[in-house]
Amino acid sequence: MTSPKLDMDRLIDDRRTRIIVCCGSGGVGKTTAAAAIGLRAAERGREVCVLTVDPARRLAQSMGLNSLDNTPRLVEGVHDETGGSLHAMMLDMKRTFDEIVEAHSDPARAAQILANPFYQSLSSSFAGTQEYMAMEKLGQLRRSDEWDLIVVDTPPSRSALDFLDAPDRLGRFLDGRLIRVLTAPVKAGRPFGRMLNAGFSMMTGALTRLLGAQVLRDAQTFVSAFDTMFGGFRERADATYRLLQAPGTAFLVVAAPEPDALREASYFVERLDEERMPLAGLILNRVHAVGSHWLSSARSLAAAETLEGMIQNESGSSAPAAGYSVTAAALRLHAERMSLGERERRVAGAFTSAYPAVPVVEVPALPVDVHDLEGLRQIGESLADR
Amino acid sequence: MTARDTDWDGVRLHVVTGKGGTGKTTVAAALALALAHRGRKVLLVEVEGRQGIARLFDRPPLPYEERKIAIGPGEADDGRDPGGDVYALAIDPEGALFDYLHMFYGMRTAGVALSRLGMVDFATTIAPGLSDVLLTGKATEAARRRVRGSGGGGYVYDAVVLDAPPTGRIGRFLNVTTEVSGLAKVGPIRAHADTVANVIKSPQTAVHFVSTLEEMPVQETLDGIAELRAIPGMQVGGVVINMAQPAVLTAEELKAAPDLPAMSAALAAAGLHRTDELAAELADEIADQARHVELQDTERTELEAAGQPVYELPMIPEGIDLAALHRLAAELRAQGAA
Repeated sequence: MTSPKLDMDRLIDDRRTRIIVCCGSGGVGKTTAAAAIGLRAAERGREVCVLTVDPARRLAQSMGLNSLDNTPRLVEGVHDETGGSLHAMMLDMKRTFDEIVEAHSDPARAAQILANPFYQSLSSSFAGTQEYMAMEKLGQLRRSDEWDLIVVDTPPSRSALDFLDAPDRLGRFLDGRLIRVLTAPVKAGRPFGRMLNAGFSMMTGALTRLLGAQVLRDAQTFVSAFDTMFGGFRERADATYRLLQAPGTAFLVVAAPEPDALREASYFVERLDEERMPLAGLILNRVHAVGSHWLSSARSLAAAETLEGMIQNESGSSAPAAGYSVTAAALRLHAERMSLGERERRVAGAFTSAYPAVPVVEVPALPVDVHDLEGLRQIGESLADR
Repeated sequence: MTARDTDWDGVRLHVVTGKGGTGKTTVAAALALALAHRGRKVLLVEVEGRQGIARLFDRPPLPYEERKIAIGPGEADDGRDPGGDVYALAIDPEGALFDYLHMFYGMRTAGVALSRLGMVDFATTIAPGLSDVLLTGKATEAARRRVRGSGGGGYVYDAVVLDAPPTGRIGRFLNVTTEVSGLAKVGPIRAHADTVANVIKSPQTAVHFVSTLEEMPVQETLDGIAELRAIPGMQVGGVVINMAQPAVLTAEELKAAPDLPAMSAALAAAGLHRTDELAAELADEIADQARHVELQDTERTELEAAGQPVYELPMIPEGIDLAALHRLAAELRAQGAA
């Protein structure tokens, strides 16, 4: 592999780095990587806040996070001789949304919005709300200027690109023409009188039939209460998007050496390039390759077969055959490992030859999941290639 | 081989879930192949818009249309078992909504107009359960669909395999009636949801879990099983352990302290060089493997304690292609899963 090495320590030691975004498809160890980077940066003197979206229970516990409370908490047990510190928080997307509503409307109106069933489903299940709120929270943390480095882990989604696209989707949806047109009848008069042609009423008819009249009424009530806030949502999304393009932000793409994960990673790398967002490198996580060994898979297998042939031929005398059979099995095991490693290198090679300029760091697969800070520290060491 | 009982006789809809990265789509595809024997017709359905099936079978992206993508394995040499057919379908909420409007109201043009105005997005937003009902609705419709024509034909598909959302979302995805009840108390979508629920919460449907022998996937599998068991009528199916390390060495060989001189001699006999060094390295690899196997055994015991049938599929280091899928399908058949 000819890719440049990703120099993690240089990235986190550089005081100009203010935001690190870990992205990638689900199941590749993004959250763990984000936590490990945060811990390492803190122990090297940075004041760090890790914003995580959906951590596994034990990982959260390893950082002392026991509840989803939307507030950065100080992580205990961090080596702070260098003057650094680590805070961590889990995103509560509904609470973040509620806070926006509360901040932008009077208490009576806020209460009305929060109680609306349409709002409740929007704030807890709309595809994109989580991404939007993660970006919103990131913007808030950055503006507060309490931390000099924020490490954020992107929401678990089907595609890594959702993180970039979903906030705008929610913004468009909330600010969109459709929501106004559809809910127009609740307002005085018929401002959209001429638009209510046959085709349109057929569609509202279809929606009413599908969902029931109550659902549409809830939506209409929501829109009229939410009126003053429309427009702001897209602006907020745009502002955070610009933050991601600003100097001081670094993206790290996390992928396992699997075709699907690396395919997602390449989409993401290309997209970052289009958007002029700064890519710091690729973390190739969960690598099983034991490193190259002079005894290849094919030769190891051939040797195993030779030994097995000898065992069959001298099935009378047992003493040499005993050592032979363990050795043959060990050679088969070695062949399996080499073969897995060769496949991983082949898969990773497809990525690195397509993007030769992207710096890469490999992190070996761990036999057990991370339970504590020591585990995170070890991953940090691998990330820094120490 | 004659017809024999499998663990899931009578199941027409196989729902396959698993944590991301455990190979859920691969196992769903292998299960579909395994079920497609003796001329049976099986439909493999995906709902997440990832086009994972097309990729797995090395085909161009699947449209919203049922297409034949593979032929199941034949077994008897004398041609009595010609193998069956695997069809595939990629469902998206939008297509499923049009399908629904068409099927129940004959509204196809409305569907196109709805889509142009972004109304589909709107509908699935204000009613998040709606897209799940539409997706599961399409899968159950395929499972119940009968051959049209004279004499009340049999089922079009002998089985439907659904590559479902990941374990973390499976309970909500399948528990459609509860999902829409807050939203539509009466009316057609509620009736539709009830029909779907009647199929899903019946012995005709089984939900299989795919896990690897690692801590997090195992924990999610156990949580998922507990969640589904709490839903009345839901049938938890098998647990498929995927990507298991093959047992190259016996338990005794893994535990025994390796006799380095003997290994070195054996390696020399096999024509290899630097045998002392190699023997030591192989011994390290054995010790490593022993630790790994021990961890795997702990996880396997946890999965077995859930009390569902457990199947085990080997890690295929070269990667998954059609030949590998057939190999996994044969494993599933041999272990009684299909």
